[in-house]
Amino acid sequence: MCKSELRFTGSGGQGVILGTIIMAEAAFLDGKSVVQSQSYGPEARGGLCKAEVLVDDKAVNYTKVTKPTCLMSLTQQSFDKYKDTLADNAVLVVDDSINVPKNIGEAHKVYKLPILSSARKVIKNPMSANIISVGAVNAALDLASKESLEDAVVAHIPKGTEKLNVSAMNLGAQMIKEYVH
Amino acid sequence: MPSKLIEKHLRTDRLPHIWCPGCGHGILMRDVCQAIDNLNLDKDMVTIVSGIGCSSRAAGYMNYNTLHTTHGRAIAFATGIKMAKPEMTVIVITGDGDAAAIGGNHLIHGCRRNIDLTIVVFNNNTYGMTGGQYSPTTPTGEKGTTAPYGNIDGAFDLPRLAKAAGATYTARGDCYHVPLTIKLIENGIKNHGFSFIDATSICPTYYGRKNKKGGPIDMMHWQEKNCISKTKADKLSKEELEDKLVIGEFYNEPKEEYTDLYQTIIDKVGGKRNV
Amino acid sequence: MATNRCRFKLLQGNEACVEGALAVGMRFYAGYPITPSTEIAERSSVRLPQLGGKFIQMEDEISSIAAALGASVAGVKSMTATSGPGFSLKQENIGYAAIAEIPIVIVDVQRSGPSTGLPTSPSQGDVMQAKWGTHGDHPTIAISPTSVQSTYNEIIRAFNLSERFRTPVIFLMDEVVGHMREGIELIPTEELEIIDRNEKMINGLPYAVGEREYIPHMPSFGTGSLYNITGLFHDDEGFPTNDNKMAHDEGLRLMKKIEVYKDDIIKYETIDTDDCDTLIVCYGGTMRAVLGAKERAKETGLKFGIFNPITIWPFPEEKLAELSKKIKNILVVEHNYGQILLTVQRIVKDNSNVHFLGKIDGTTISPDEIIKKLQEVNSNAQ
Repeated sequence: MCKSELRFTGSGGQGVILGTIIMAEAAFLDGKSVVQSQSYGPEARGGLCKAEVLVDDKAVNYTKVTKPTCLMSLTQQSFDKYKDTLADNAVLVVDDSINVPKNIGEAHKVYKLPILSSARKVIKNPMSANIISVGAVNAALDLASKESLEDAVVAHIPKGTEKLNVSAMNLGAQMIKEYVH
Repeated sequence: MPSKLIEKHLRTDRLPHIWCPGCGHGILMRDVCQAIDNLNLDKDMVTIVSGIGCSSRAAGYMNYNTLHTTHGRAIAFATGIKMAKPEMTVIVITGDGDAAAIGGNHLIHGCRRNIDLTIVVFNNNTYGMTGGQYSPTTPTGEKGTTAPYGNIDGAFDLPRLAKAAGATYTARGDCYHVPLTIKLIENGIKNHGFSFIDATSICPTYYGRKNKKGGPIDMMHWQEKNCISKTKADKLSKEELEDKLVIGEFYNEPKEEYTDLYQTIIDKVGGKRNV
Repeated sequence: MATNRCRFKLLQGNEACVEGALAVGMRFYAGYPITPSTEIAERSSVRLPQLGGKFIQMEDEISSIAAALGASVAGVKSMTATSGPGFSLKQENIGYAAIAEIPIVIVDVQRSGPSTGLPTSPSQGDVMQAKWGTHGDHPTIAISPTSVQSTYNEIIRAFNLSERFRTPVIFLMDEVVGHMREGIELIPTEELEIIDRNEKMINGLPYAVGEREYIPHMPSFGTGSLYNITGLFHDDEGFPTNDNKMAHDEGLRLMKKIEVYKDDIIKYETIDTDDCDTLIVCYGGTMRAVLGAKERAKETGLKFGIFNPITIWPFPEEKLAELSKKIKNILVVEHNYGQILLTVQRIVKDNSNVHFLGKIDGTTISPDEIIKKLQEVNSNAQ
């Protein structure tokens, strides 16, 4: 496989960093080389948040994403900040509240998904948006096996919320499968 | 010929000590040794930790495990020793500048944790080692080499500070009332928690000379007359108390000790006993 | 590839630092919260009591290193960790550990400075502070890992060196390595070479050393030998002295115990140095960007070797001097305004042209920037 460079962006408190940790863990469990990192400001909640994962079959050297092959965004502000640094033919998984400029839509494969609203209405827990995203990104990229992703999700969420989060993960994957461009 | 106590508890080959003639610290050091002797503690399981200053030179002369640390940090070093070896009796010998100025933060946090340490402050109201500057216990109005026009700072009442911060044993002794001071240190060691003894010393060389307190004998006489018990003090008016120093036990209310509490965490999460 | 889930784990650099320390026997940690090292304290607070060890959050950075030193004196392998401002605050007690010869590992996860700087951003600005931060002449051992795996492996080596030489070892991480997650192999304790301090006193004297030896064998407190430890120059019993000859001998011995054994302490990595015109000197997280530039060699046509001093102090001087004799250009890449650069210039002298790439804006140096700089160096050389 080629090196995948994933960038997740959103607002502090949305679980964006955890999303990348789960992606990294899933790929790692599949035997891939991974590097996960994040950058953030002083705000614990509400600030711009960016987290990244590099996945490769061979050792990952430079630890930062430079040209994302995949961008996941949950807020307009974070999307706008990072939309212009994408690799060619990148995969974009964004919340459907985000306005994606036409030129970006044409140059890349864009999935506009009801991530935030489904977290509230379907899963009935706004904190599950990051897990829906993880399920969607993994399905869109075909990155990690379903078993590894589920193990990774379960390893990183509070005990007692397994059922809720696995269904959030599955919902994300389903959104990709049923997506009509 | 040193006395049996000195022979047993001090490194006699290291004497005489560096303190000035007439300094109260030698008396207080002996008091600590006597308290340890009275309690019949195993010397191998006694550690003296000191900071920097005249007081803190005591550690070097005392024949136990002795750790002469950095300025103000004795209580922090002692905390590490006590955590690592809770069965060790850990006594901190410090001074007023060491404990209450540069080390003030460690003092209040040691009190707050109620970790089983016994702090004995050789309180001479001055920075003796550096030549007589005013300290956090120099009374307002008195002089030091850095308070040439009189000290405008307020002075700490150290046992009150310690009690407010959470110490479970507080007391004040002095150089004149030797049996009492020994008893206070003994009780402090016996308290399974943070014990604080403000041991009033005398510094004829700097504090005494700068403030016209007379020689060592005059300063000892001052302690004889003016250091009074709490019972006596309770009967005196505010005016009569003005030049008095209350000595004795102020507070003795044991509560759960820090290393014991930590052991409950270890037990809870399945760790083995003792490292 | 199926993964052994006990032995192989996805861990953050800071977490791997704790796991490595635990594997080599760390059983006491004292610290104070500070970004970007806080995860080291957090994981220590979880893991230590599980192993019967002790964790304490102290009231400040100074008391944290003091408590760790106290526990070490009582015979327990101890560590403290911090970043930027906290590393400045710990300096006095690092000197105390050096002269009193108390083993301790001090982790500094470097961040942008000076002062509060950019607390969440990476930097390698504490390299010279690690060497010269505490006052007075003293020996220094500092180690800088480049990955999560090397963090695990090297913290083990840091403890072993600290125990063997009875000296503070500074573990110079940076935000890049501390905060990234990678898959690593957790080599279990049974498979490690573990060095514990020698406590058999020579001639019954805690600070005495054997003939042509430099390291004393002080026993732990509470094991039956009553002696004094002090930050003053002292005699073989640990008692303070003002004697100039004794101070000289002790000071010299402290320096010698590292100098004489430097080959046991120094560790470096060389890549493609046999046949290169240009050599990049880099360490810590920056190494990863240099490797990133190297993997693009085919595309860029740039050939260069890499010299990575894993032991930063004492610096692997002899190897670099030897390499410099046959290399035209040396490019120092570090995340600061030029610190190891000075050391490289001193070692290399006129053997090679020394160039520099660094930055202080809180962003990491990228492979692109390195490639650009290499092109510049090459075109100037032609």
